[in-house]
Amino acid sequence: MFDDFFIRALIAGIGVALVTGPLGCFVVWRRLSYFGDTLAHSALLGVTIAYSFELNIAVSVFLVSSIIALFLIQLQKKTNLPGDALLGLLAHSSLAVGLVVIGFLAFIRFDIMGLLFGDILAVTVNDLIIIWFGGALILLVLKLIWKPLFASTVNYELAEAEGLNPDRAKAIFTILMAAIIAISIKMVGLLLITGMLIIPAAMARNISDNPQKMVLFSVIGGLLSVIIGLFSSLEFNTASGPSIITASLVLFILSLLKIKQSIQLKN
Amino acid sequence: MGSNNNTLVKLKNVGYHQNDKWLVKGVSLEVEKGKIVTLIGPNGSGKSTTAKIALGIYKKIEGEVEKYTNKVGYVPQKVSIDWTLPLRVNDFMVLTENLKDDAINEALSLTGVVHLKNKNLGNLSGGEFQRVLLARAISKKPELLVLDEPVQGVDFTGEIALYELIKKISDDLNCGILLISHDLHTVMSATDHVVCLNGHVCCSGSPIDVAKNMEYKALFGEQASQILSVYEHRHDHVHSSEGDIKKN
Repeated sequence: MFDDFFIRALIAGIGVALVTGPLGCFVVWRRLSYFGDTLAHSALLGVTIAYSFELNIAVSVFLVSSIIALFLIQLQKKTNLPGDALLGLLAHSSLAVGLVVIGFLAFIRFDIMGLLFGDILAVTVNDLIIIWFGGALILLVLKLIWKPLFASTVNYELAEAEGLNPDRAKAIFTILMAAIIAISIKMVGLLLITGMLIIPAAMARNISDNPQKMVLFSVIGGLLSVIIGLFSSLEFNTASGPSIITASLVLFILSLLKIKQSIQLKN
Repeated sequence: MGSNNNTLVKLKNVGYHQNDKWLVKGVSLEVEKGKIVTLIGPNGSGKSTTAKIALGIYKKIEGEVEKYTNKVGYVPQKVSIDWTLPLRVNDFMVLTENLKDDAINEALSLTGVVHLKNKNLGNLSGGEFQRVLLARAISKKPELLVLDEPVQGVDFTGEIALYELIKKISDDLNCGILLISHDLHTVMSATDHVVCLNGHVCCSGSPIDVAKNMEYKALFGEQASQILSVYEHRHDHVHSSEGDIKKN
């Protein structure tokens, strides 16, 4: 019934959703959606470098995004510019530089649409290995830093005062963000990765009253989005990224009904 | 003030400045096991800053902090919980330490809010939240408790009960407490050592010694000093509006 490529895309998507679920909750809680966007834009530069030097795309994107993230932290310390201006500066300049480099790579066949919006046809067995091994590693590290990261998300000073070392947890989390973008770029595309992080988590916020539940619902929402999105992508011949994100939007809208209910209950 | 085995944290001539302004300078104090040290002083005198230096929250400081424990409980002066986080009292209790249910219930019972265990943190009143904050800090049975105005917003009878609880915790757990408080009655009755701050240490000592001190009287007014019998002293320095200190 399904071609091989579709099964591969499904396995890849499920792997991505399992990781974006918990990470996305932290993106929402820590107000990092623009930070995610900046890393995703810089991923284009990573992709072009991968093509230029024949590197693995995920590895190259991971390295470039990590460097940009560390650069951002340095800029925040050394300049008086507001955080969003620095994010915009890095996002657009790395996107622009990436596009300029692509111009020089005219000799390479380049599926730019697939890069921006995801392409399920492009998922290889090699990508599956990267997604599942990389994803497992990200989840493992996240579990290890969960306590200090979560505590400092609630209150930085409490975490610091009671000896949890929140600064280290924050730095590691930044690296994890770069990693999830690197492994999910083929599935969702670099313009929509942040959506995959935020929308299922936002949906989960509407129907949760504690953090564990929110993480669980965020994962379930991500999985449903991937499955529904990929089937409709196959059915309507649309790009995989937008189809997945649209599916997650539908789930988000459904979750709003629950909020409306609880408001009516209060009245 | 020689340090011994009972010392939990010791500040040696510490100071902290932000944007070229010293928030506090030249503070030395020591918290020992089973003892309550209270910081008093007007608004902006550097009480919370001193607490944060002792806790290691401020790292770029002048002077030295020696800390002999990692089991710390902290009640900050201000905590704002973000609405983007769904958080129940129960989740907040295990924020920095994994606790058994019994320990959570015990701590919440002590501060009288065990019935709120499954309530959303955002739905609590100011006084209820303050009780939860205190419960969280004591639940891990810390060796050092730092309490920055722990009973703000708590009703009058509750306030007295909570101060009694703090004293009891200090005795039962043999933990050292660094307390910041505006309630001079309580300070004077339950404290072992008082440090009066005004950007620097104005005076310090036993509650009786401090109440006798003219500096203290100048800061808090005649009424405050009548809490305990007063002996007249002469000022040895005055504060200008810029915060400079001039010897008389």
